[in-house]
Amino acid sequence: MSEYLAMGGYAGFIWPAYAAAVAILGGMTFLSVRRHRAAAETLAEIEKARKA
Amino acid sequence: MSAFLAIVRRDLRLAFRQGGDGAFAVMFFVLAAILFPFGIGPEPELLARVAPGILWVVALLAAILALDRMFQPDWEDGTLELIRLSPLPLELAVVAKCLAHWLVTGLPVLLATPVVALMLRLDPASLPMLLLGMALGTPVLSLFGSVGAALTLGARRGGVLVSLLVLPLEVPVLIFGVGAADAAVGHEVGRAQLLILGAMLAAALPLCPLAAAAGLRQALE
Amino acid sequence: MDFHRFANPARFMRMSIPLLRVLAPAAAVLLALGLVLGFQVPPDYKQGMTVLIMFIHVPAAWMAMFAYAFLAAASAVALVWRHPLAEVAAVEAAPLGAGFTALCLITGSLWGAKMWGTWWVWDARLTSVLVLFFLYLGYLALAHAFDDRQRGLRAASVLALVGAVNLPIIKFSVDWWNTLHQPASVFRLGGPTLSTVYLWPLLTMALGFTLLFAWLLVLRMRAHLMERKIETLRLVAIETRQTVQPQEALS
Repeated sequence: MSEYLAMGGYAGFIWPAYAAAVAILGGMTFLSVRRHRAAAETLAEIEKARKA
Repeated sequence: MSAFLAIVRRDLRLAFRQGGDGAFAVMFFVLAAILFPFGIGPEPELLARVAPGILWVVALLAAILALDRMFQPDWEDGTLELIRLSPLPLELAVVAKCLAHWLVTGLPVLLATPVVALMLRLDPASLPMLLLGMALGTPVLSLFGSVGAALTLGARRGGVLVSLLVLPLEVPVLIFGVGAADAAVGHEVGRAQLLILGAMLAAALPLCPLAAAAGLRQALE
Repeated sequence: MDFHRFANPARFMRMSIPLLRVLAPAAAVLLALGLVLGFQVPPDYKQGMTVLIMFIHVPAAWMAMFAYAFLAAASAVALVWRHPLAEVAAVEAAPLGAGFTALCLITGSLWGAKMWGTWWVWDARLTSVLVLFFLYLGYLALAHAFDDRQRGLRAASVLALVGAVNLPIIKFSVDWWNTLHQPASVFRLGGPTLSTVYLWPLLTMALGFTLLFAWLLVLRMRAHLMERKIETLRLVAIETRQTVQPQEALS
C-alpha cells in the first residue's frame, strides 16, 4: 500500500496535484452550494413576510 | 474634421496647462528606467541585454499612468456628454483622445528613449528598430488603454483597475516590440516583428474605438 | 432555435430545477469513473505515474479555454441581442473558469517540476494560460467594480469580447516568443500519440469536469437571479414604507 502511495517516487508531485483539484473544485462547489442555499432561504423568508 | 482637431487641441492644452502636467509620463519613464541599473547592477553586458525589455515595460507603465485622465475629468464635468451630443461620431472622438494621449505620453517617451537607451547601455545598432517598434507600438498602447479607461469610468478604484485590465492585452505589443530590437542586436532584420506591430496598429485603430465608445455610452446612460 | 423562450428568468428558474437534478449525479458519476479508470492505468514509459497529473491538468486546461469561449459568446449575446440571462451566465461562468485556470497552472507546475526539473517554466502553454488567468481576473474585477451591478456586467461584457479577440493574438505572440527562447526540446504529450489506456480516463475526466461546470453554472445563475429578486423586493419594501410615512407624520 505504501508502495502504491509512493507512486514510484513521484508522490510529491501527484498527491499535491490531486489535493489542489479537490481544494479548488471542492471549494467552488462548496461556495456555490452555500450561496444558492442562502439565497433560497432568504428569498423564501422575504416572500413569506410579504404574504403575511 | 474640425471637431476632431478641437478635441485633440483641447486635451493637449489641458495636459500642459497645469504646469507641465503632461510631462509627468515622460518623467516617470526616465526615472523608472534609471531605477533598473540600481536594481540589477551597472554591468554593461547585463544592462545591454535587458535594455529593450526595460524600455518597453516602462513605456507601457508610463502610458497606463496617464489613462485615468483620458475620460474621467470630461465625464465628471459634463464635457463627455457634450462630445457625445456633437455631430462627431463618438468613435472618432475616442480616436482624437487617443491621439492626444499619445502626443502627451507616447511621443515624449519615444523622444526620450535614445537618451535613456544610452544610459542603459543599449547596443546602438538596435536603436533604430527599437524606435520604429515603439513608434508603431505606443499608439496601440494608447488605443487599448482607451478601452480600459472607458470601461472603468465611474468604477471604484478605477485607476488601478485600468492597469489590471489593459496589461494582459498589451503583452503581444511588448513581445514584438522587444523582439524587433533584439533581432537587430543579433544582426538580423526585425522586419517581421515590425510588420506584426503595424498589423496590430491597423487592427486596433478601428476596433478599439468601437469598444471604447461602447464603454463611454454605458457610462453616460 | 427559439431562444426567446429561454429568455424569461422565471422560466429559467423553473427549468433549472430538473436540470440540476440530472447534472449533479451525472457529474459525480463521471468524475468517480474517471478517477477509478485513472488510477488503474500502468505507468508511462517516460513519465511514470505522473501521467496521473495529466488526467487533471489537461481537462482543467480544456475547461479553462471552454469557459472563456462560453464567457465571450454569452457576452456577445448579451451585447447584441440584449438577452437578459446572457450576462448572468457570463459573470457566473467567470469564477469557475478562473478556478479551472488556476488548477491548470498549479497542476502544470507540479507536472513540469518533475518533467523539466523546475517549478515554473515559461513554456508557451503555461504562459498563455497565465495571461488567460489575468483576463478572467480583470473581467471579474470590472464586473464587480461598480455600485450599479448592471453597469458592471455590461462593461465586463465589452471587456470579454475585447479579450476574446485578443486571445488568439496573445497565444500567437507567446508561442512565437517561446520558440525563440525555448532552450530544450518541446515536451510531447505522453509520447507521439496518446494510447487508449490513457485516453479513456482523460476523456471521462474531461466530461466530468464539463458536467461539473454546467451544474455549478446553473446553480450560480439561480443564486444570482434569486439575489437580484431579493434586492428588488427589499427596495420595494423600503419604498412602500416610505410612501406611507409622510401621511402618518401629518396625521
